[in-house]
Amino acid sequence: MAAPDAAVLEDRPARVPFWRGPTFRRLIHHRSFVIGAILVSIVLVTALIAPWLDLPDPNRLAIRFRFRPPSGEFLLGTDNLGRSMLSRVIWGGQLSLAIGLGVVLLNAVFGVTLGAAAGYFGKLDGPLMRFADALMAFPSVLLAIGIAAALGPSAMTAVIALAVVYIPRTARIVRASVLVVRELEFVQAARASGADDWRILRQHIMPNCMAPLIVQLSFVFAYAVLSEAVLSFLGLGAPPTTPSWGILIAEGRSYIREAAWLTIVPGVAIAITVFGLNLLGDGLRDVLDPRLRVEQG
Amino acid sequence: MGRYATKRLLQAIPILALVSLISFGIMKLVPGDPATVMAGPGANPADVENLRRTLGLDKPFLSQLVIFYVNLVQGDLGRSLMLGTPVTDAVIERTPATLAIAAYAMGLTVFFGLLAGVVAALRQNTWVDQIVSSIALIGVSLPNFWLGLVMIVLFSVQLGWLPTGGYVEFRTDPVGWLRTATMPALSLALLQIGLLARITRSTMLEVLRQDYIRTARAKGISEFRVIMRHAMANVMIPVVTVIGIILSVLISGSVVVETIFAIPGIGSLLGNAILRRDYPLIQGGLLFVATSLMVLNILIDLLYAYFDPRVRIDGSA
Repeated sequence: MAAPDAAVLEDRPARVPFWRGPTFRRLIHHRSFVIGAILVSIVLVTALIAPWLDLPDPNRLAIRFRFRPPSGEFLLGTDNLGRSMLSRVIWGGQLSLAIGLGVVLLNAVFGVTLGAAAGYFGKLDGPLMRFADALMAFPSVLLAIGIAAALGPSAMTAVIALAVVYIPRTARIVRASVLVVRELEFVQAARASGADDWRILRQHIMPNCMAPLIVQLSFVFAYAVLSEAVLSFLGLGAPPTTPSWGILIAEGRSYIREAAWLTIVPGVAIAITVFGLNLLGDGLRDVLDPRLRVEQG
Repeated sequence: MGRYATKRLLQAIPILALVSLISFGIMKLVPGDPATVMAGPGANPADVENLRRTLGLDKPFLSQLVIFYVNLVQGDLGRSLMLGTPVTDAVIERTPATLAIAAYAMGLTVFFGLLAGVVAALRQNTWVDQIVSSIALIGVSLPNFWLGLVMIVLFSVQLGWLPTGGYVEFRTDPVGWLRTATMPALSLALLQIGLLARITRSTMLEVLRQDYIRTARAKGISEFRVIMRHAMANVMIPVVTVIGIILSVLISGSVVVETIFAIPGIGSLLGNAILRRDYPLIQGGLLFVATSLMVLNILIDLLYAYFDPRVRIDGSA
């Protein structure tokens, strides 16, 4: 969470640790936040501890076990080469989630920088926002597809393409909060007491713009996981040697008649992750920023 | 109204210029030599050189940009490498199928999204609301192409009700069209239904708290009429605004969904263009779609301003 400065506007004294403050208490009593947090934690932790889970090697071929439907022996069945789908989905999750987190990270860095610059420095606002409008005029996934197609398929490409698509949206949200906070009295006071722009932005404005940003980033994570699947499905993500969930769906599609679980299982993994993130985001929004109720695509 | 329309159109010009610049820039992202990448592995150097010359890639950057804009103004988006035809013709030829499915999906979205949202709002905090809200949230969490594949498993492979893919034009065979268009439209729409239901629900809850609704009820009008005539009029406002967004997401989704169901639309055209590294087609197709959506959004805004005078007076649309 934010630095202790974030407490300035809250109804609690500064320096109370976050987990003992009122925001945290409201969060852990918010049902969809808790369910979402649990789902997301399960998915993230499973992906993280995959190497220690004693799973069969996701790439070990065992032709005699091919196309085994889900059973006690193979919990989620096996694919056309006899590889365990449970292993493949868990290892695939590592890549899908890493790409999602990469997009979130780039959004946090560039969305905040560009949004704060546009909101604080009036001269930059026009050009930056027109450029953001132009990027947002493209259907989001379509633009990501175009960029990824040009850059050539790789996991890094997927991260960059998706970041370019969502950064304008994040920047817009940061800009909107900066525009409001900029005019508040304590900012005027800081300016009167001689603080420079950098200090005002960093110490006084940004800590008070965190709530909508955190909410937005949780939704960006959700969109990124969904869109990564689309890119991978089209062959624009990571190479098939390191299968992400999207690639697993694409591979399963060839055997949809005889082994439907190959397609269904990775999709369910995506759905659980994105559902969890959406619940989490809804909860965060309700608690941190109740004004922000309009959905965005 | 005329002033609002002029203002709205003028605002669109710089964005349109930037949109075309971004489309132009996408081809510049290709690492290394685009002509070599496009010609594919194993192409002989003469072919690569030829390709470079036909695409004008041997010219300096600025003249490439000027040529791009001069052609663009004349409606020329370049020539597709894999089809050998102008990109404009290829895209226009594929538009009807994409539009037909998008319209079908839009119809499903508006009908079920509004219905679910209104029902959930009227039964707020009951089990009906819980179920509708949960399904809506699950709906926005599913990858749409995966949903399409699951429907193929269910309705084509298991039950044998619908064909796994292909497309029949509505004009030639309406029933055949329904059989081929329903699964793609549904897989595009389900996500949007969830989104629209959530927006409708929260707007309806807000509207129902307004004074004029209480007045309407106090007058003794039937509850049905209060909802349908008085509340819906204001619920529709945010709905109209999100229609532009919904359309944009529908078109985005069509790349994969059309590929899965083998529908000859713009989406599958772009999907093929990606596989074949047909950069002129990717670039032109993106520009075409983005521009059409912008024009459509302007039309929606103007319609909106026409029906809701508040928009054109304070200009806050």
